[in-house]
Amino acid sequence: MNLLKIAAYTTAIVSASFVATSYAATLDDVKANGAVTCGVSQGLPGFSNPDDQGNWSGLDVDTCRAVAAAVFGDATKANFKPLSAKTRFTALTSGEIDMLPRNTTETLSRDAQHGNFPGVNYYDGQGFMVRKDLGVSSAKELGGAAVCTNTGTTTELNVADYFRSLGLEYTVVAFEKADEVVAAYDAGRCDVYTTDQSGIAAQRTKLADPSAHVILPEIISKEPLGPMVRHGDDQWFDIVKWSLNCMVDAEELGISSANIDEMKGSDNPGIQRILGESGDLGQLLGLPNEFCYSIVKQVGNYGESFDRNVGPDTPLGLSRGLNALWKDGGIMYAAPFR
Amino acid sequence: MGDNNRTNYGIVNAKPIADRDAPISTTGFIGWLRENLFSSVGNSILTIIGLLFIAYTVPSILNWTLFDAVWSGGADACRENPHAACWTFAGSWWEFFLYGFYDRTQRWRIDLVLWVLYVGVAFVVVDDDVRKTRPTSTILGFFIAIVSMVFMSLMIQHGAPVMWTMAATLITVGLVIWAWGLPNGRSRLGLLLLFAYPVLVFFMLGGGVLGLSKIATSDWGGFSLTLVIAITGIVASLPIGILLALGRRSDMPVLRLVSTLFIEFWRGVPLITVLFMANFMLPLFAPEGANIDQLLRALIGVALFSSAYMAEVVRGGLQAISKGQYEGAMSLGLSYWKMMGLIVMPQALKIVIPGIVNTFIGLFKDTTLVLIIGLLDFLSSVQTASTNPDWSIRSVPYSGYIFVAFIFWLHCYGMARYSQHLEDKLNTGHKR
Repeated sequence: MNLLKIAAYTTAIVSASFVATSYAATLDDVKANGAVTCGVSQGLPGFSNPDDQGNWSGLDVDTCRAVAAAVFGDATKANFKPLSAKTRFTALTSGEIDMLPRNTTETLSRDAQHGNFPGVNYYDGQGFMVRKDLGVSSAKELGGAAVCTNTGTTTELNVADYFRSLGLEYTVVAFEKADEVVAAYDAGRCDVYTTDQSGIAAQRTKLADPSAHVILPEIISKEPLGPMVRHGDDQWFDIVKWSLNCMVDAEELGISSANIDEMKGSDNPGIQRILGESGDLGQLLGLPNEFCYSIVKQVGNYGESFDRNVGPDTPLGLSRGLNALWKDGGIMYAAPFR
Repeated sequence: MGDNNRTNYGIVNAKPIADRDAPISTTGFIGWLRENLFSSVGNSILTIIGLLFIAYTVPSILNWTLFDAVWSGGADACRENPHAACWTFAGSWWEFFLYGFYDRTQRWRIDLVLWVLYVGVAFVVVDDDVRKTRPTSTILGFFIAIVSMVFMSLMIQHGAPVMWTMAATLITVGLVIWAWGLPNGRSRLGLLLLFAYPVLVFFMLGGGVLGLSKIATSDWGGFSLTLVIAITGIVASLPIGILLALGRRSDMPVLRLVSTLFIEFWRGVPLITVLFMANFMLPLFAPEGANIDQLLRALIGVALFSSAYMAEVVRGGLQAISKGQYEGAMSLGLSYWKMMGLIVMPQALKIVIPGIVNTFIGLFKDTTLVLIIGLLDFLSSVQTASTNPDWSIRSVPYSGYIFVAFIFWLHCYGMARYSQHLEDKLNTGHKR
């Protein structure tokens, strides 16, 4: 008893004295490390995947490379740390990683508890896939269904909300990894597979008979996916935010990795500002003035990144949809470089 | 008249009647079937169910894994035939599975380390007296030659500097020739491997010395990372475990209390918790700027965890040694350490070989848990590869898991066989 008390007090004192550590100046840490360390998903088609040579690619990976290009002028100075959905926030708050571009849905509670969202790199929405022979044409007919999904994600919560609002019974069959969810669905352990629509498109190719399944028309949630940074470091927040904005604004201005060197000579003041030919916008962030030039030159603009990773010519075959520029009927809209 | 004599009483055999064959129903294959498979109604039913089960599963398993499987041709070949194993997946990705994200120009360093490991282990598991007999020496020689050729060509393929390839050849071949001639070369090389090898691995993989470039541990991955974690755990856990076991049986109260607390703490928490704490919680507690390498933290966690298990295994062996052995040793005037080192430990460790190897095998497989803290070990490298959109094919994850299981099985079964061999060799009549 006495021993226990002593142990308890000691633990309390020791932890109290150490816990009050804050992390500021991520930019300095990143510069000291010589690379940006990003937590990414353990393999999500189109968002972060290594190839058989060990090179990462994907939309989230491009976000990380953009920040590396902005800070170092070299997009290869990025390290990737694969994280599961459950450990991602701990890794961010503990300082293990500098930013978390890991297809994370921006929500109020995450923003309040775990970190800040500098922007959105993909607007997604949750959908359902069912077997054709189930004879279901709408999610409203899914009463009593068993639903396969990932643990610790917003998809699990969205399903709960959706079914409750319709007053339908359902059971959840949840797994840690996307692969396990698909395998369980394919093996018939549940009737419905639900995740973000980008995910459904990718996982459908893994089914025994992809044509025997149908994606239901309902989209039951808003899923703005974006990178996260730690609370309490405004400068780093801004750097990530404007790295994202740079890619979107560059597409809007018609600047791509192919034509950027011609564009550099343009006398359009907007293009001059964004490429750092005039003004000192980069310096305001603590970056080189031509940071956006490095991003677009090495990573590409948002449209290039989209087409390369998830676009129609990839196995995922997604169309721009919501992720088109605001000029083209989407909602990708970035604040101006000024 | 033949063999029979006719008498007044009837026919009497002149000779003993020759033995007849046993009835066909009790001999040969049919007899064996009746005896073992159809001895009663219940057994007959079970047999038929069993046979049906085999007939139902085995052909499809064989078809899936072997006959219909895709052995070459890359992702496209697997996409055309998604209902059979996709072994070309392992063929295309084997470098990623073995080296992870390790710098492509430096992978020869891992080749070198693996080369020394496999040659050394092959040499050390063959006993001195058997090594010089005909078939064994030839087999061992062939094995070492093949392994050397494989890894040497890998080193060259990965662009190893000529100097390093030569040095590796000299060291490996030199060590084997040196140890081959010695009367107890096996144990000498074994000791050398045990203590020098981890140092070699650390410097070769980490770099920063002898003109080798530094490679961050976050780039280590694949099967080589699995080996690093397993070897660290195995090499560290035995000595620490022995000390803890002795401490727990010590007469000194403080030492006993500390050892007991240590063992019970580490044994009482799940390995996942240990890894999770080491990885994510320690940096929160640690003062700012104290940046201990992530892999190192995980390694320390694994080593402490496995030592606690090892301590209890060794303590089990110590309990089995009768008091007379201690008293005999003391009456000879041996000091505590000499008594333990010369009398007690050799007997105790011999008894618990199955337990020790059991712990090693468990540890080897537990290394896969590091995937939850974002280290890319063998299993998670295969999982990651199977999510690649180009390989988004139904058969790929299953093939990947079977491949992982097979490689793990090879290594664990190797350890198990060696442990059986040791038991037989050291058997002094305590074994049934």
